[in-house]
Amino acid sequence: MYQFNYHRPATLEEATRLFSEADDGFYLSGGQTLIPTLKQRLASPSDLIDLSGIEGMKGIEAGNGVVSIGAFTRHAEVAASGVIRETLPVLSALAGLIGDAQVRNMGTLGGSVANSDPAADYPAAVIGLGATVHTSSRTIAADDYFQDLFETALEPGEILTRIDFPVPDRAAYRKFPNPASRYAVAGVLVADFGGSIRVGVTGAGPCAFRATAMEEALSADLTPAVARAAEVPAGNFNSDLHASAEYRANLVRVMAERAVSDLLAE
Amino acid sequence: MSDTGIGASVRRREDVRFITGSGRYTDDINQPGQTYAVFLRSPHARAKISAVDSSAALAVNGVHAVLTGQDMAADGLGDLPCGWLVKQKDGSDMVSAPHPPLAHTVANYVGEPYGIVIAETLAAAREAAELVMTEFDELEPIVDLTGARGADQIHEGVSGNLAYDWELGEKAATEAALAGAAHVTRIDLTNNRLIPNAMEPRAALGVYESATGEHTLYTTSQNPHLERLILSAFVQVAPEHKLRVVAPDVGGGFGSKIFVYAEETAVIWAARKVGRPVKWTADRSESFLADAHGRDHVTHAELGLDADGRFVALKVQTTANLGAYLSTFGSSVPTYLYGTLLAGQYATPNIYVEVAGVYTNTAPVDAYRGAGRPEATYVVERIVETAARELGRDPAELRRLNMIRPDQFPYETPVALVYDTGDYEASLDRALEHVDYAGFPARRAASEAAGRKRGIGFACYIEACGLAPSQLAIQLGAGVGLYESGEIRVNPTGNVTVFTGSHSHGQGHETTFAQVVSDKFGIPFEDVEIVHGDTGRVEFGLGTYGSRSLAVGGSALVSAADKLIAKGRKIAAHMLEADVDAVEFSDGQFLVRDSNQALSFGEVAFAAYVPTNYPTDLEPGFSEKAFYDPENFTYPAGTHIAEVEVDPATGVVTLVNFVAVDDFGHVINPMIVDGQVHGGVAQGAGQALLEHGIYDDFGQLVTGSYMDYCMPRADDVPDFLVDTTVTPCTHNPLGVKGCGEAGAIGSPAAIMNAVTDAVGDNGLSMPATPEKVWRALHG
Repeated sequence: MYQFNYHRPATLEEATRLFSEADDGFYLSGGQTLIPTLKQRLASPSDLIDLSGIEGMKGIEAGNGVVSIGAFTRHAEVAASGVIRETLPVLSALAGLIGDAQVRNMGTLGGSVANSDPAADYPAAVIGLGATVHTSSRTIAADDYFQDLFETALEPGEILTRIDFPVPDRAAYRKFPNPASRYAVAGVLVADFGGSIRVGVTGAGPCAFRATAMEEALSADLTPAVARAAEVPAGNFNSDLHASAEYRANLVRVMAERAVSDLLAE
Repeated sequence: MSDTGIGASVRRREDVRFITGSGRYTDDINQPGQTYAVFLRSPHARAKISAVDSSAALAVNGVHAVLTGQDMAADGLGDLPCGWLVKQKDGSDMVSAPHPPLAHTVANYVGEPYGIVIAETLAAAREAAELVMTEFDELEPIVDLTGARGADQIHEGVSGNLAYDWELGEKAATEAALAGAAHVTRIDLTNNRLIPNAMEPRAALGVYESATGEHTLYTTSQNPHLERLILSAFVQVAPEHKLRVVAPDVGGGFGSKIFVYAEETAVIWAARKVGRPVKWTADRSESFLADAHGRDHVTHAELGLDADGRFVALKVQTTANLGAYLSTFGSSVPTYLYGTLLAGQYATPNIYVEVAGVYTNTAPVDAYRGAGRPEATYVVERIVETAARELGRDPAELRRLNMIRPDQFPYETPVALVYDTGDYEASLDRALEHVDYAGFPARRAASEAAGRKRGIGFACYIEACGLAPSQLAIQLGAGVGLYESGEIRVNPTGNVTVFTGSHSHGQGHETTFAQVVSDKFGIPFEDVEIVHGDTGRVEFGLGTYGSRSLAVGGSALVSAADKLIAKGRKIAAHMLEADVDAVEFSDGQFLVRDSNQALSFGEVAFAAYVPTNYPTDLEPGFSEKAFYDPENFTYPAGTHIAEVEVDPATGVVTLVNFVAVDDFGHVINPMIVDGQVHGGVAQGAGQALLEHGIYDDFGQLVTGSYMDYCMPRADDVPDFLVDTTVTPCTHNPLGVKGCGEAGAIGSPAAIMNAVTDAVGDNGLSMPATPEKVWRALHG
């Protein structure tokens, strides 16, 4: 780890001001990506701005068909939250699948979504549930948020503060974990909003995306077999040591098939 | 049987400190004035080191020195030797390329150390290491094992990158028998490269006392005396009597801590150069790059059978990746620890094996849990299972037909070993019963009905342990004898301090050896202390590997104990005014036969140190040592059966059932033996399903962290059903064979036989990852 200046601001305004004043400032949330990166000396920020002291970025609320979660909420809190289990069980189940217990006790919703690792779990929920991302300066629709590999609509210095998840009639998430890292090789969230189906996919492409052809097919006929047979945009899928693009395309269909089975069994 | 004696499942006394964080590992030891080392490592798989500019690094506050391979060579330090000389087919010696501890001319694998930075703090050393400017001239790396022999030469004088071309067995007879066989099964196999991953990374702390010239090296070693011998006799860091090597608590080794590495060599040398203690502890990334790796074979094998299904010949051709240099025992693993085991449990009359040991621009490859024997078992048991499938024979019964029968022992194999004893069918039968073999078709049908495929696979393995009869080993090329030392010092108050040349890095010696000694003397378990891992305290010994500790080290303790009992009888006879021949020792008492006269073990010990009423022709004191040199290897053997389910949609293999029935001879502590089998099977499951060390075409290790290198976790394995049968070893006093490696030896073949059974593709290679299995099912 290289040396850096450490800050723990109490307000968003102070945080963004510190960022703008720093030569090369980094925000620190749960640190589950950033801290290992620093330890390996792969990043050398001049200033580390710890967001854990900002009260407005915490808390879980539900009402009016929306579950609203502060960005600094840890994965373990989402997994264990009675409110979320009651109103949006798919999200607590998804959070319980992230990494391992140590990661879930430190990692945060906002950190994961702001980082937009192509294999992270939360982006599937943001996309699949059509969430609204609140930041220090604006709101961003899920469909506009994820842009490319580790690239989001966030501007430099902009802080993700809260995410509003619309509550569907029913939903399910299935994930094929990388056996080594337990990140998603493919993760699919299927949500039913009054017969209109949304499908959020993570792990397969450069960033989370909607499987629109599958959505259309499932909106017409919500069965596992339709999910398994659906077209997926495999042309830009990731191919690596653990899974080729072709195999990932298969996994997306199989995870979707199983998610639809789970959803229908609710 | 007492509740702490031989055969009792005594809880491991060392676990109290391990589990409560009170262990004392190398990194826990600190010395006044200690400095910290960071190694300079090659980022390239193959490159000339043209220039090293350390001026900026030396300017960092707190930096003491930047030492390079050139500095080490200038100080006259020798190369790291390979301790086993393999003779080639034509009788010539293997070609051992020079292996300088720190590279000074050419770096030959990514992570190879070529310098050491020493500073007041670890942070300063890291910062300085980044400021060292090294000019490399990159060369084309040779990474692909199968192409390496045709590629250009990595080391001067090593044509075809061939360290050796070795053979064992009768070629002509084997080929003739194959030609006349009713059926020949052919198979091509890959034994995947593994990266050891002990829980504690390697570490070293070097201390030099200028006033006395004494060097002390604390390091993570499985064999501190061998470390000292090599560092003094070959590398010449310090003379042997001025070098003390201490291997304190060591957190796992699995073979990877047998070897003498660059880092501890550099640390003890640097401590003298800078006049301050120097400490280095590997981080996990360094462990991946620079610990010796394991396995990495490519093999073609042919098995001939007669019309009845009897094996008539086995021919095996293997290319073994030795990495960039011959590590300490790297040459022996794919030869004498591999080819000699190719008879397996079978009476195959003709066997021939040839092995090409090849250099590549990858980390050195050496012994890893099982060391050659998992590779041999994999060949034999995969080809036997494949033959059974080709012939439509029951794989258990085809094995049974070919097994060496109990009345054939001692049995001399065509590949240089003499098995002393065994009952292979007993283990097979017990395993078949435990796995409910008869119920398998119904279980398979149930899996099919649930949309999953099910397979069952066998491995009837044998291993040669208890390394080793010294003269035989030296004849075959070993550079040292492979006996073990043991010393028992009975204290005047009657409790006992035991010194063993063996080393525990997880095996539980402090418990098992105390059981043996307390049982032998009839004294409380608590009265026995086991000391190991310090050349300053313990007699020269050979350490722990090859499942040898109990069979060889335990036997040395029995010899030492017998000497003490003999002396005690003389003392007791004098004190009780009886004839020595009339004095017996039993249950902690020296007794005069046919009388009620007796002295306790403690009374005799006290008399030996306070010799008031004592034989005039006997030395005082009650302390004896022994060196035990085994007359043969031991041959643990058993049957492992795996059952797997495969999800055809994803290719995921689930190990649903695993039965291991092993014959380890007599068992001292059944709980510890079960634990050894559990761990070994988990490691074997890792090899079969998860682990794979992969270099890309540029020689970069792409599986260099736990993000990509998949270690087995608790949820990857089922509850194991572990059982033992017993045929006592015929040639050591405890009748024990060794249990440390069996789990990792039998399980990969059993699991892969089960996976290939489920998938219906005998060509599937390890690790059977989901995509590979999915492709095998879907083309």
